[in-house]
Amino acid sequence: SSGINAEWPLRPGVTAATKLGGSVHAIVAGDSCVEAGNNTAKIPGIEKVFVAESPALKGQIAESVVQVLLDIQSKNNYTHILANGTVFGKNILPRMGAKLDVAPISDIIGVESDSTFVRTIYAGNAIQTVESSDPVKLITVRGTAFEASPADGGSAATENVSSDINNDKSEYIEAKLSKSDRPELASANIVISGGRGLKNGENFEMLYELADKMGAAVGASRAAVDAGYVPSDLQVGQTGKMVAPDLYIAVGISGAIQHLAGMKDSKTIVAINKDAEAPIFQVSDIGLVDDLFKAVPEMIAGIEQQ
Amino acid sequence: SSGINAEWPLRPGVKVRVRPDQLGVVTDGVKHSMNPFDENAVEEAVRMKQKKIVKEIIAVSCGPTQSQETIRTALAMGADRGIHVEVPKGTEADLQPLAVAKIFAKLIEKEQPDVVILGKQAIDDDANQTTQLLAGLVDWPQGTMASALEHSDGQLKITREIDGGLEDIKVKLPAIISADLRLNEPRYATLPNIMKAKKKKIEKLSPGDLGVDIAPRLTVKKVVDPPVRQAGDKVPDVATLLDKLKKKKVPTATLR
Repeated sequence: SSGINAEWPLRPGVTAATKLGGSVHAIVAGDSCVEAGNNTAKIPGIEKVFVAESPALKGQIAESVVQVLLDIQSKNNYTHILANGTVFGKNILPRMGAKLDVAPISDIIGVESDSTFVRTIYAGNAIQTVESSDPVKLITVRGTAFEASPADGGSAATENVSSDINNDKSEYIEAKLSKSDRPELASANIVISGGRGLKNGENFEMLYELADKMGAAVGASRAAVDAGYVPSDLQVGQTGKMVAPDLYIAVGISGAIQHLAGMKDSKTIVAINKDAEAPIFQVSDIGLVDDLFKAVPEMIAGIEQQ
Repeated sequence: SSGINAEWPLRPGVKVRVRPDQLGVVTDGVKHSMNPFDENAVEEAVRMKQKKIVKEIIAVSCGPTQSQETIRTALAMGADRGIHVEVPKGTEADLQPLAVAKIFAKLIEKEQPDVVILGKQAIDDDANQTTQLLAGLVDWPQGTMASALEHSDGQLKITREIDGGLEDIKVKLPAIISADLRLNEPRYATLPNIMKAKKKKIEKLSPGDLGVDIAPRLTVKKVVDPPVRQAGDKVPDVATLLDKLKKKKVPTATLR
């Protein structure tokens, strides 16, 4: 059996795909993706990379990407098609499912066989094993649940694809991306997250400072994003990003179930909160009951001295 | 006109318990409520009507008898009429996104809406699929994870929350949208509106009436509790915290 992964980077997804057995192909799509195609070809485990480059694919707009995927699928008959469980993957894959009349499987955390997969439900409060009898399995993969394949060492063949794309119904305008030199939230080794306890966006500056000292990414609870302290792409939780770093420091975060869903697989959890009863202390490995406006500057000073 | 899907999962914050037969989660006797994202969807439809972008709002729910409560809430928020696609009590967990999307596709044929708005994901199955499936079935453009909508001339400009920030796209109507949390602040239904809602019509249909086969494609083999995380110790000060972290040899500054 073989599978397509759509999107780069996709190294945890490649790991999931290789668990299925058979050859693995990848596809990159966009208006300028030759470099992405070459980088994808270096991931060990991939045999072939389709490069679909066209102005019509600018912004990877779903209606157009799905047409390309259907074209490639009709010629190759993959048994499994995977994408990362990111907004990109979740936006594209179910639309493909409708066209193929199969039930997509969202955000898997485990592969038991080529038709049986594990995923979470109820914000991670239950773990579900599902079996699909569909002829093509469409799967989005939770990146934190699979070891990322190395970025180098592979030498897949690349093949240019030019599909007929007819889309007069939607148009990509532009992206407003958060620019940061910090590590990517979803793949960082250390994440420092702030909650409503930070009280405003300016106060997040001290978390950015601490993060820069530690080489960490910065995340946030939904409350902090809703209140406008930070942009939405920092949100960690059931309906935001899933993270599982070696170290997660929750600052001024109460620990609502929906937030825990996004970070409870972290190796070590540290919580700083002035409320000793905050639910976050029920999952933290190290808890500090203290005023964060005192504790965080002390951490910044303490790390400087080390 | 516009249609909205309103789902009926367990109320957020309710403690979830795995069933003894390990095939699902206990739902009997547990409080349900409208899915939070569907509240955003209903609210957006009401605002579109207030702005005269749409003339009529139809609230739809697929589920057992109690789904009607969710529709009544939507009617109290401002929807004009409802459609309840009823499935037998106890089978609602088998109603999977592909089946729901097919039901909606038939309703689209029946009602000819210009906009269909759903919540981005249901907080029970966390699938985040129905909008995309429906859009694919009817071949309409999709605007998922919408945090802002702007209408002009038969088009919608949609701001989406994406992995790296925000993105703007434009879609021609008719279109399918999924509402994200920050699309709007859903209103509370006032008592006078709740009373008015009792007089609004809810049409009852079955999947069979619509010619839809709702048999589940995915078989649930097992549902179990997640691993329990034990709480660790509290430390008295930052110095002790940093010391403990040093002893744990937490690596810094390396990316995966």
